[in-house]
Amino acid sequence: MSNQQRSHSRRSFLVAGLLTIPTVTALVGESDSHSSVAEHGIFNSTEKLFLHAAVDRLIPADEWPSASQLNVVEYIDLQMAGPWGRGDLSYRNGPFHQGTPSQGYQLEYTPAEVFRRSIAAITRHWNAEGTAFHRLPVAQQDAYLATLQTKHIDLDGVPSSVFFGLLWKHTVEGFFADPIYGGNKDKIAWQMIGFPGAYTDFYDLIEQHNVKFDAAPMGIADGMHMHSHGRGNGKE
Amino acid sequence: MPQKLKEVDVVIVGVGFAGAILGKELAAAGLRVVGLERGSLRLTVPDFQAPQIHDELKYSVRKALMQDVRKEAMTFRNSENQMALPIRNWEAFLPGTGLGGSGAHWNGQLWRYHATEFVYKSHLEARYGKNFIDPDLRIQDWGVRYEELEPHYDRFERLTGAGGKAGNLKGKIQPGGNPLESPREHEYPNPPMKEQFSGALFRKAATEMGYHPFIQPSANSSAPYTNPEGLTLNPCVYCGFCERFGCEQFAKASPQSVILPVLQKYSNFELRAGAQVLRVNLDSTRSKATGVTYMDANGHEFEQPAALVLVTAFALNNIRLLLLSGIGKPYDPRTEQGVVGRNYAYQTVSAVPLFFDEDTHLNSFMGAGASGTVIDDFNVDNFDHSKLGFIGGSFIVSGSSGARPIEFHPTPPGTPPWGAKWKEAVRKHYNHTAMLIQPATSSSARQNYADLDPTYRDAWGLPLLRITYDFTDNDLRMNRYITDRAAEIGRAMGARTVVNAPSRRPFTTTVYQTTHNTGGTVMGADRRTSVVNRYCQSWDVPNVFVVGASNYPQNSSYNPTGTLGALIYWTADALKKQYLKKPGPLA
Repeated sequence: MSNQQRSHSRRSFLVAGLLTIPTVTALVGESDSHSSVAEHGIFNSTEKLFLHAAVDRLIPADEWPSASQLNVVEYIDLQMAGPWGRGDLSYRNGPFHQGTPSQGYQLEYTPAEVFRRSIAAITRHWNAEGTAFHRLPVAQQDAYLATLQTKHIDLDGVPSSVFFGLLWKHTVEGFFADPIYGGNKDKIAWQMIGFPGAYTDFYDLIEQHNVKFDAAPMGIADGMHMHSHGRGNGKE
Repeated sequence: MPQKLKEVDVVIVGVGFAGAILGKELAAAGLRVVGLERGSLRLTVPDFQAPQIHDELKYSVRKALMQDVRKEAMTFRNSENQMALPIRNWEAFLPGTGLGGSGAHWNGQLWRYHATEFVYKSHLEARYGKNFIDPDLRIQDWGVRYEELEPHYDRFERLTGAGGKAGNLKGKIQPGGNPLESPREHEYPNPPMKEQFSGALFRKAATEMGYHPFIQPSANSSAPYTNPEGLTLNPCVYCGFCERFGCEQFAKASPQSVILPVLQKYSNFELRAGAQVLRVNLDSTRSKATGVTYMDANGHEFEQPAALVLVTAFALNNIRLLLLSGIGKPYDPRTEQGVVGRNYAYQTVSAVPLFFDEDTHLNSFMGAGASGTVIDDFNVDNFDHSKLGFIGGSFIVSGSSGARPIEFHPTPPGTPPWGAKWKEAVRKHYNHTAMLIQPATSSSARQNYADLDPTYRDAWGLPLLRITYDFTDNDLRMNRYITDRAAEIGRAMGARTVVNAPSRRPFTTTVYQTTHNTGGTVMGADRRTSVVNRYCQSWDVPNVFVVGASNYPQNSSYNPTGTLGALIYWTADALKKQYLKKPGPLA
């Protein structure tokens, strides 16, 4: 129980700290190519500008940070550059046919290709209107995202509903996945809902019913002490 | 030309629970045994260690422990008039691979089937008449009875350190257990698991409604335990990373924790990982197996001659290997001739989310794989179906095996699918939402089956398995009735919002429901309607035995692994006491 007491104050501190985070919308997309993320990701600055604006409409800032503030764009970028985005975790043999919804994803494109084709088509669409998605008023951004979600607009071979589905899937992943994958910065999404993360032992707590559990969440990178003998010198 | 290896007594295809236990029993009997595992050699240390194993993205979302879908997918369609297309990523069900098979990533919900389920057709016809069952259903008896399997259930429960409370000991009803279960000879080796808050709420409501709640039987180890093989399990710590994950605690019973270390001590047993079996080889009579052909991870092909072949892969892969090998006649749904692939069944799962107010802290992230408080009052034939117009049923369980947030972030009806209101709803409901789950029965039916796909191939150039499946009318009527009962309990638990969403057609491969695939190599007393006899022995090729949930003639609501464990030991007994003494068809 002392564990919970201690971490409660830690959490309060973190929450208070969040209120001072400035809302920096466009900076990430235009970020320099020498950040570690840019070196390893696949998206160019135009693509990032779209993603940044889009994920922040999907999960906007309120008293808790938005998706991009928790590095969801960086998360998606890294995922698309890795084995999943490359299609290495999927069955990719043809022939490719359009199936029924119950047959699931049937396009020949990898997840990364879906993102790149779709964002390019969206960029062209708004360029033709003399603007860009990230420059639209948020109400118009929301309306456009809803159109992508519910209609099957052709985005250079990708139905927009398919693209939206992948965008939403990866936004949620980046928001809630362990921070080792680049999103969920400082485990803030876990704090927001009260998920303890990779915490390992509830043997003594599980039958203490209806007790609010508010220990600070633990990420995989926080658990390295499990692989050492003794607790080491220094304070926790 | 494949390299021909030295003949052994037994070759085992797939080293999960079935392969490991049968391997140990036969190695202990002095036979030379080779276990072929297509996946990697995985051990609790170092492969399942915390904190790395507590990784929702890698293991639960990207399915790191599952069959490599890139190399070996399946195709699917809802009905015969559609073209089957590949399942390009696992979602609806998760076939395991690697040492330990699905036994490494299961939840440990350890059930016995009810005695009436083994004589399902004759029982229902005797009680309700021959015309009660929908004519498109193909349910049938197993050819083996509960009473015969009881000691083998007991043996598997002791191996896995099962935790629970007997409800029926030798016919005497026991307080605290499931009074509706079939009689057990012995108490569980360990006490029941601890109860979650949602389970306690469920228990109170269900009791007040006159039902009979109890703690779900579990192979998560509720206490320190040393099994009859001399292997020790630690108590489960309710970490919330169980199904889809390996267990770092040596708590969840898996082949790794309860049998493999013993098996690997036998010098007459050899394990080969990365060995993809391409077919069982038959001699010119097509009634005798000569061994198997497999390819190793480097692409070298080997022929492993063996006197006895045990097919112990995941249920769906058992079907496929028989089809690829030409063992048994493939099922044709139009003529209803043939048996391999016949009676494929799934489950008819529905969930009832219960949204409580923000003062109710459910802490569902604390949970074991088998955590749950259950009623069995609407399962199997525990209730009168005569006026209901369907067969089957479900247990209803309140429990959580963990509330990992990428996949668990429920919002009540009316919440927008994204945006500010979605985010607010996730925050408000995450720790205040419980789920009632109804993993209802699945009746086998004429039109639901598995065969080889005519178009799509695996990484070795062989046809994928094709699944043709949709929910039957009977099962949807049944699920609606069961889901209504669950919603009533949910309201009595004090939930502010109760969502009553019974199963609907079409069955979809895009949403996880259950991994409990059954049928396709059905066991039975009549070779016109079964692939293997009551001892899991191929009717057509008697030196091939097939052991898996593919042997089940229809699917139960109960999780399949307990019954698989009973069939494994039942088959081991038949091999040791009958077959090895006089190889040939068992009567």
